[in-house]
Amino acid sequence: MHELTQPLLRVQNLHCAYGARAVVRDISLDLWPGEVLAIVGESGSGKTTLLNALAARHAPTSGTVAFAMRGSGLQDIYALSEAQARLLARTDWGFVHQHAADGLRMNVSAGANVAERLMALGQRHYGNLRAQAGDWLARVEIDPSRIDDRPDTFSGGMRQRLQIARNLITQPRLVFMDEPTSGLDVSVQARLLDMLRMLTRQMNLAAVIVTHDLAVARLLAQRMLVMQGGVAVETGLTDQVLDDPQHPYTQLLVSSVLPP
Amino acid sequence: MYVAVKGGESAILNSYDLLAQQRRGDAAVAELSVAQIQQQLRLAVDRVMTEGSVYDPQLAALAIKQSAGDLVEAIFLLRAYRATLPRLGYSQAIDTGKMQIARRISAAFKDLPGGQVLGPTYDYTQRLLDFSLLATGQSLPVPKTFAPSNEPSPRVVDLLNHENLLETQPVPEGDPDPFDLTRAPLRFPADRSARLQNLARADEGFLLGMAYSTQRGYSETHPFVGEIRFGTVELCLVPEELGFEISIGDLPVTECQMINQFQGSLTQPPQFTRGYGLAFGHSERKAMAMALVDRALRADELGEAVTAPAQMQEFVLSHSDSLESSGFVQHLKLPHYVDFQSELELVRKMRHSFATPGDAHGPA
Amino acid sequence: MDQPEASSAAPVRDPHINFAYLDERTKRMIRRAILKAVAIPGYQVPFGSREMPLPYGWGTGGIQVTASIIGPDDVLKVIDQGSDDTVNAVNIRRFFQRTTGVEVTTDTTAASIIQTRHRIPETPLQAGQILVYQVPVPEPMQHLEPREVETRKLHALQEYGLMHVNLFEDLAHYGHIATTYDYPVLVNGRYIMSPSPIPKFDNPKMHQNPALQLFGAGREKRIYAVPPFTDVESLGFEDHPFEVQHWDHPCEICGARDSFLDEVLTDDQGSRMFVCSDSDYCAKQQALHTPPNTLPPETV
Repeated sequence: MHELTQPLLRVQNLHCAYGARAVVRDISLDLWPGEVLAIVGESGSGKTTLLNALAARHAPTSGTVAFAMRGSGLQDIYALSEAQARLLARTDWGFVHQHAADGLRMNVSAGANVAERLMALGQRHYGNLRAQAGDWLARVEIDPSRIDDRPDTFSGGMRQRLQIARNLITQPRLVFMDEPTSGLDVSVQARLLDMLRMLTRQMNLAAVIVTHDLAVARLLAQRMLVMQGGVAVETGLTDQVLDDPQHPYTQLLVSSVLPP
Repeated sequence: MYVAVKGGESAILNSYDLLAQQRRGDAAVAELSVAQIQQQLRLAVDRVMTEGSVYDPQLAALAIKQSAGDLVEAIFLLRAYRATLPRLGYSQAIDTGKMQIARRISAAFKDLPGGQVLGPTYDYTQRLLDFSLLATGQSLPVPKTFAPSNEPSPRVVDLLNHENLLETQPVPEGDPDPFDLTRAPLRFPADRSARLQNLARADEGFLLGMAYSTQRGYSETHPFVGEIRFGTVELCLVPEELGFEISIGDLPVTECQMINQFQGSLTQPPQFTRGYGLAFGHSERKAMAMALVDRALRADELGEAVTAPAQMQEFVLSHSDSLESSGFVQHLKLPHYVDFQSELELVRKMRHSFATPGDAHGPA
Repeated sequence: MDQPEASSAAPVRDPHINFAYLDERTKRMIRRAILKAVAIPGYQVPFGSREMPLPYGWGTGGIQVTASIIGPDDVLKVIDQGSDDTVNAVNIRRFFQRTTGVEVTTDTTAASIIQTRHRIPETPLQAGQILVYQVPVPEPMQHLEPREVETRKLHALQEYGLMHVNLFEDLAHYGHIATTYDYPVLVNGRYIMSPSPIPKFDNPKMHQNPALQLFGAGREKRIYAVPPFTDVESLGFEDHPFEVQHWDHPCEICGARDSFLDEVLTDDQGSRMFVCSDSDYCAKQQALHTPPNTLPPETV
């Protein structure tokens, strides 16, 4: 099958600079369908810039990012027309922001937030839209009776789950997440991570998750990329990298995590 | 018994008569002449010309008389008149460097070539009502005159430019014609020439509020008055038939150059940035407000974060024209009873389903 | 410019003003915008709106459109809220009488150009007639997204999800779609358009209308159009389709059951009666039917 022979996302020699300052240097990677990759590093490592470059939100200075479009194979995402890029962002991709308010319409109901992508794709049956939204609220463990409530009445953890539902309702193949659990209570984080792990497995979702928290990487990602100063200093299977780090920086990161 | 309402036309005609009476006031009091307004309400005339976009003091004075002193109404009259005038051509850009100066000050420098010329200004008066003006016919004091100085008054911006301290804008390639806001609609994002035209015609009150906001933390541009100059400039035209420049007269203008927050970095030598304001006649408040808002609207261009309303093009430029704002605000007086009827019907219907629960349309 | 005239005199054509007020070049510019609008149904064409002797917000867009298309042989009808006699309609009609001298009428069937504020006439229009709407806010998404740069993009990419989110939200919150006038429509299956603040009752009249429908927004500087026999569909959901208003009673003057009715309060106890909004239609119905009330209507 064609899908098995090409990656979902192919990044080659990606380089991002602000003026003379290089923030992401020469990153290459392949992401396969259903694979979750964690990009780990401290703040200032360039990981968020890398995520934005992969998600077509920040054009790189050089290098390419190619996505396997349905029916047409790997295409340079920066060569797409604006219409194609926006359609992609609404259907086959998801983007979960660190602060849920950035990824939600705070002044419309939870139901409208979740159903919006379906309406944008042309669904016009209110009852069905509402039912699908209700299903998804349940799947992300939000009480469906809150479907008419606005997100500004939700807790941080609930808003984050709402954001996830809003993104996943169109069954995207690739989701980008920027520190999805930071700022949440530890117990809330744990529940959210469990839910994400279940959903990614159920939906065979590929994901790129930026995090400074190694526990998030351990729980969700099969593969891991460690960044320092814009450079990928180590990559590999998550368990291997965490159990047997090779690069001194990775060793430092791993050793500084308090044991549970 | 109810009758279908008729008589809108006769009501309008009668209202014209009432309006004329209101405008005239007590017939026993001498009628105001257009010449009196032109001479003695000069600053009102200047404002009406500036926002009306027509330099003609007599017409502006007439508009003020007709509108009984409502300047926004007078501006409307002048603009509507302007719309009927054919466009004969475009003048050359005026050269304020060659202005016959009546007043010229700089807050940025204590003294400068050409000197600080106070001229006629309310700035240093005490705002005490002068009851002697209740009477007419007093003799006026004669101000001292000085022999006109031969010392030139170069613009402060030119002086700063010698040292490269002030940003300069290179002439765009091909020296294109400026956008003409009176002929084409404003689209966003608007370039600077379109923005400046919009600001020149903008309602002074709105612009003043926006400018003030930039001084109170809604964006900060650290402004200094580089120079304000008021005086007459020559207006020149190159008629097609002649092919050379002729002077068609003088007109008084007020120009304000603001010097603002410098920009630069370790790799780029810093320079001050600028804001510009221009108005007909003696209109300092307007020219200053315009210069502050001009600078705020350059945020995008200068790489500054847009955080405050005065920096948002669409917010400022869409709401600055008094004809548009006054027209739309006041249009609410027009009948809207058909639309209101539709709303009434819905609200009644919704209230009805409240009172009778189990309605299929209620929320799940 | 405005001289009070004798109460009953119709305004005379003022020879000092160009025909229909605008200069010929301006008319040409506006006609070009109109042609472009007709070629792209529902698309808002920017134009260099001029200052008119009536304020922005009071119909200058409609006036500029009418002024650009009107000729000496046209017959003009002007209505506001459905009536020929409201002060705004009178003012605009007098403006055209003064600047063109054309024949004016209150009879919908006799007019070649009808300029209207907030209603479509009840009497069906015919091929060859032109309906000119006065539009305050041409952008249907403006209350959801005030930035023009963004709404232009949404129209260009046919991204109208925001409009449907708004309707969804109404249903979730009120159980009804809360828009009762200026109800957005999809034109020719492509652009979403504001029909101007006509009551939604009038929306179906826009669909496949034999007349040319032109829309002028002077303050916002946009012109748009619905050519004759074009599909105009009001937005809705399959299970909550677009619905028009209904009244339980007929017009108390002419007995019509199919027209938009204005509510008139008749005393301070809350008594009310309902009469046709369209004054010409009501008068015609009266002439056709025996009115329910035996007293003839008084006229001023």
